[in-house]
Amino acid sequence: MTKTRISALMGASALGMLLTAGAVQAQQSGNLQFLIDNGPQSVAVAEAWVAAFTEQNPDVTIDIEVRPGGGEGDNIVKTRLATGAMADVFFYNSGSLFQAINPVQNLLPVTNEPWQEGIQDSFKSVVSAGGEVYGTPFAPAMGGGIFYNIPIYEELGLEIPTTWEEFMANNEKIKAAGKTAVIQTYGETWTSQLFVLADFFNVLAAEPDFAEKFTANEAKFATSPAALRGFEKLQEVYEAGYLNADFGAATYPDGLRMVATGEGAHYPMLTFGVGAIAETLPDNLQDVGFFAQPGDSADSNGLTTWMPDSVYIAKSTANPALAKAFVGFIGSPEGCDIRNEAVGATGPYMIEGCELPEDVPPAVADMLPYFQEGGQNAPALEFLSPVKGPALEQITVEVGSGIRPAADGAALYDEDVRKQAQQLGLAGW
Amino acid sequence: MTAIAATTVEGKAPARKRRGSTYPGWFFLPAAIIYAVLFLAPTFASLYFSLTRWTLFDSVFIGLDNFAQFFREPFLIRGLVNTVLYAVITSGLKVVIGMALAIMLTSQIVARGYLRSVIFFPVLVSTVGVGITFTVLMHPTQGIINETLALFGIAGPGWLVDPRLALFSVALVDVWKGVGLATVIYIAGVVAIPKDYYEAARIDGATKWQNFLYVTLPLMRPATATVITLSFIGGLRTFDLIWAMTKGGPGFASDTVASVIYKQYQAGFYGLSTAGNVVLFVLIAILVVPLTMFLNRKQGHE
Repeated sequence: MTKTRISALMGASALGMLLTAGAVQAQQSGNLQFLIDNGPQSVAVAEAWVAAFTEQNPDVTIDIEVRPGGGEGDNIVKTRLATGAMADVFFYNSGSLFQAINPVQNLLPVTNEPWQEGIQDSFKSVVSAGGEVYGTPFAPAMGGGIFYNIPIYEELGLEIPTTWEEFMANNEKIKAAGKTAVIQTYGETWTSQLFVLADFFNVLAAEPDFAEKFTANEAKFATSPAALRGFEKLQEVYEAGYLNADFGAATYPDGLRMVATGEGAHYPMLTFGVGAIAETLPDNLQDVGFFAQPGDSADSNGLTTWMPDSVYIAKSTANPALAKAFVGFIGSPEGCDIRNEAVGATGPYMIEGCELPEDVPPAVADMLPYFQEGGQNAPALEFLSPVKGPALEQITVEVGSGIRPAADGAALYDEDVRKQAQQLGLAGW
Repeated sequence: MTAIAATTVEGKAPARKRRGSTYPGWFFLPAAIIYAVLFLAPTFASLYFSLTRWTLFDSVFIGLDNFAQFFREPFLIRGLVNTVLYAVITSGLKVVIGMALAIMLTSQIVARGYLRSVIFFPVLVSTVGVGITFTVLMHPTQGIINETLALFGIAGPGWLVDPRLALFSVALVDVWKGVGLATVIYIAGVVAIPKDYYEAARIDGATKWQNFLYVTLPLMRPATATVITLSFIGGLRTFDLIWAMTKGGPGFASDTVASVIYKQYQAGFYGLSTAGNVVLFVLIAILVVPLTMFLNRKQGHE
């Protein structure tokens, strides 16, 4: 009842805006709104893009609007889309969360735009719905794995581990040397999921059809030995006493600082952390390396990868031509260069012709072999299945701080997943 | 929140009518319109949406499935217990400490006015600000509380990261923040007691303790009823402080019904979280209506 009333109001004001927009367009000047999240990297790169684009197109103005990140930001995006008040261009997640913003109804397809030819198919597949492509990559691809402190490895003469056993042996030596072996930062709960999520390459290596079965309610974390391993690894690291003393309260910036300055040796994280290190601790950037989360066998050692967030155009935009031009600019090699200059390189681009600078930080150089030919990588589960339980981060905090054993945690997560699948209305749940 | 406001207003309306009003019917029209638009409509809309699977873009009617799901939430029971525990602890402490402070602040002590404002000050500060401040103070290794304890050779606990302590730590901060309001209500209660009673008691040879027990305490019953009702309802629907300090964690250790609801909302389960709000509304009604009736009946016997 209230909803209809609101949409009626919105409709009326949108009509008003449309009329004025028409008048403005006649004077050959364009204005866009660009909604981004408040991460320092996002702001820096968005400002650089807008500056470069408006320099080339002096009659265009682009207003950057900032929203919070995380779940709060998701709700802002959804609410604004639902009420037709979305900015012309905005960025948001790809993969499972992308489907939740109802792309066919809310977004402008960009399938046939010329710049889409240069974008990799693996990326298009995670921003497509109903046979149309809606997104353009906002950032380079990421890997989930383990950051390590290079000086500690050199000091103790350690090798990069390719199996979980070697990893734990390294941890033992680091602990014996009186240092923190594994950094965890449960003060920001999302960081607790990495040991489980980044283990997915190893899950797929053992059970290649896990994702389809998982989506179809046939495979479970608690009953699949390979999937359960991620939770067990979390528990093993806690029980061996490898964690930093303040793991329960430390935050993501603390974790990056600790691994960069050598307060700890390993930090399981996504490679986008490189950008934040470059920004806050540039002097230590050369001290941070990266490797994929090791599995049980050295033969199948590979990286779990994440697709970047994506830039979308709202269907409600008053200026679709200009919005497409701007998004095409972001998705071009020129856009990548501007990004490299503004915030540095954090991983391989999904856009043809985009080059990484010669002097990438060691952590980025370490992840590139996994992407090159002959390298091994697999997408994270959230890009193969629309199902991801919302309580995973609380459950991994519990398993990772000894409140709940791994098997219990996995079973609880399966319960959480069921709720998500039912809300999505998937068959078979 | 709107739902609570709706019940209180609703509860009073029939009583007023029965007494017969001095105003003509149309006099109520502006208030009735505001009430219907701002309170009734959202209440019924939320009742409807609690029966749907709602993505903000469209909604599908699914009957009572949301309620079934909500009651199957593995942490709902924990959340319910935590909610009641939190409400009982905070309102209990606010009654005891508030009363003690009020008696102290109405006696002849130095700097009374200054102390009164100091006690009241935390009430004025933003809850989220208080939460963030105390999160920093209670940090297990760098927080000033544990660093101070360490000076005396005590290894301080992980106030907010120990699952057994987190809820109580938040409750204590809630009491620190909210006790000023209880104190002010009690000060008003103490000041309103006519001096005649104390004079009569003195003639009877009452001790100070007897003065408190047989004169002050019974005559402050209206104040106590107000403090208990306010802080109990506040405790039941507590959210901001818990969210600012622990987000229901570690794990699910300090989850309350309100934080469970918020998490559903964050996950995009809008119908489910609306169902949770209906549950919370019913829960508050079930606990608070008998409580107020009990407190008011006692008052009637005086």
